[in-house]
Amino acid sequence: MKSALKVTDLQVAIEGSHILQGVTFEVPVGGVTALLGRNGVGKTTTLRAILGLVPRSGAVQVLDHDVIEWPTFKIVRLGVGYVPEDRDVFSALSVEENLRLAESGPDARYNDIYQLFPELKERARQRAGTLSGGQQQMISIARAMLNGWPLLLVDEPSKGLAPRLVSEFADVLERVAQHATVLLVEQNLSVVKRLAKDIVVLDHGTVVHTGSARDLGDAQLVRQLLGVAGVA
Amino acid sequence: MSVFLSITFSGVALGAIYFLAASGLSLIYGLMDILNFAHGLFMTLGAYAGWAVAVHLPSSIGAPGLFALSVVAAVLGGALAAGITEVLFIRPLYGRPVSQILVTIGLDLAVVGLLLGGFGSNSVRIPVPLWLIEATKVGSANLPNVDFLAIALGLAVLFSLEWFLRRTRYGIIIRAGVENRDMVSALGIDVGKAFTLVFVIGGAMAGLAGLLYAVVFSGDLVSPLQGDSLLIFAFIVVVIGGLGSIRGSALAALIVGFVQDYTNLYLGGHSGFAEVGNLSVVLLLALVLEWRPRGLMGSVA
Repeated sequence: MKSALKVTDLQVAIEGSHILQGVTFEVPVGGVTALLGRNGVGKTTTLRAILGLVPRSGAVQVLDHDVIEWPTFKIVRLGVGYVPEDRDVFSALSVEENLRLAESGPDARYNDIYQLFPELKERARQRAGTLSGGQQQMISIARAMLNGWPLLLVDEPSKGLAPRLVSEFADVLERVAQHATVLLVEQNLSVVKRLAKDIVVLDHGTVVHTGSARDLGDAQLVRQLLGVAGVA
Repeated sequence: MSVFLSITFSGVALGAIYFLAASGLSLIYGLMDILNFAHGLFMTLGAYAGWAVAVHLPSSIGAPGLFALSVVAAVLGGALAAGITEVLFIRPLYGRPVSQILVTIGLDLAVVGLLLGGFGSNSVRIPVPLWLIEATKVGSANLPNVDFLAIALGLAVLFSLEWFLRRTRYGIIIRAGVENRDMVSALGIDVGKAFTLVFVIGGAMAGLAGLLYAVVFSGDLVSPLQGDSLLIFAFIVVVIGGLGSIRGSALAALIVGFVQDYTNLYLGGHSGFAEVGNLSVVLLLALVLEWRPRGLMGSVA
């Protein structure tokens, strides 16, 4: 298996808006591949389309399986963890119940999770909706990591977090990427430069650049692709 | 004092039946976004299943045994009807909520029409044991035994449902699905199974509500249109309690039962005010929606 994920001519139209207009890219096995682009170019929709959470057409190959016709739960059971953009923890459920839902079998790695996020053990009985944004992000990442799955789709884990927490979550993702393939949507370029091996850049619903994360050192290219100044 | 106790007790019994009728409806809407207009049909079919068992099984079983089997048949009849409805009519229409609503309306009209064709508009009588018709003296009030039964079954279902929703994996899946169905799927869970389960649980409670309503408030009579009349109050309870909230449904059912019974007591005896109890419930709904659009314990408006 050369690619953990292969997306070909992915198209998504929602309520008359053609959001993805033939997205094609591959995510090699191992390490972090960053999916970049300005706001609203379709990064989140791409992740949701890979998982079948929005109606889509084209071809999606996840861990060597053609999944375009599959329902979401079946794609996830191939071994895909998902960290959504807005965390999407179940606010009425306790921390423990949020994690329990993500269990796919008896081998759930609670020890690893509680080692990384001791707060989740301390607050096991607390309602997730009463936690801070950072703590909710811990749940969201923990759910995706719990089963030790080989592919993680992670959508803007640093969004709305304090700089100290951003750095802590980057540490966690770095450790995860030692054992799994991560497709990371992230606006924070310093995080991307630290974690990513490869990059895929979207614009207007199509891929406009693929290459090495080292390309982000080229300030002119970064400005052209992302509309922001590069980060040293 | 005895009037106060009797009316309060009757209000709780009515609330227990409304809770049984409404809680399944609330869960189905909360999880699946379906306003299930066939829910009244499940109540009617449950009541008919109870009647069929009671009149067709040998009387040597004895009246208490026959009635107990009627209750079981009503629960199973409602559950079976709901399960078949979900698998045959709702499942092929996932993602098309308007079509799902229309199919539940059509199904209700068609099956109630068949029942009217078979039974006419005449009611059938469920045989009940003598002690259910009698009353128990509490202080100076005579409280109908059948009200005790309704309250006991309502409480048993409430506690069982709470236990199921809080302690079992499928219960947690249903609570999570009410909040965010997509995210439940994105954790690798087949939400479709939860949909069927919720329909079956809702149908079982509706069947029980249908039988109890016939026994407690209709003089043991079952008619084809009974479920649809009860459905209106179930919808009102669901909206007042908050969509998807079981505790909200329980609280709202109790309030609606009290309001209806007390209004009937104080105003219903006056000429031209026979339906004032029903009117008071609709007014209550309007007031709650004005004050709190998401209902007493709901998370969404």
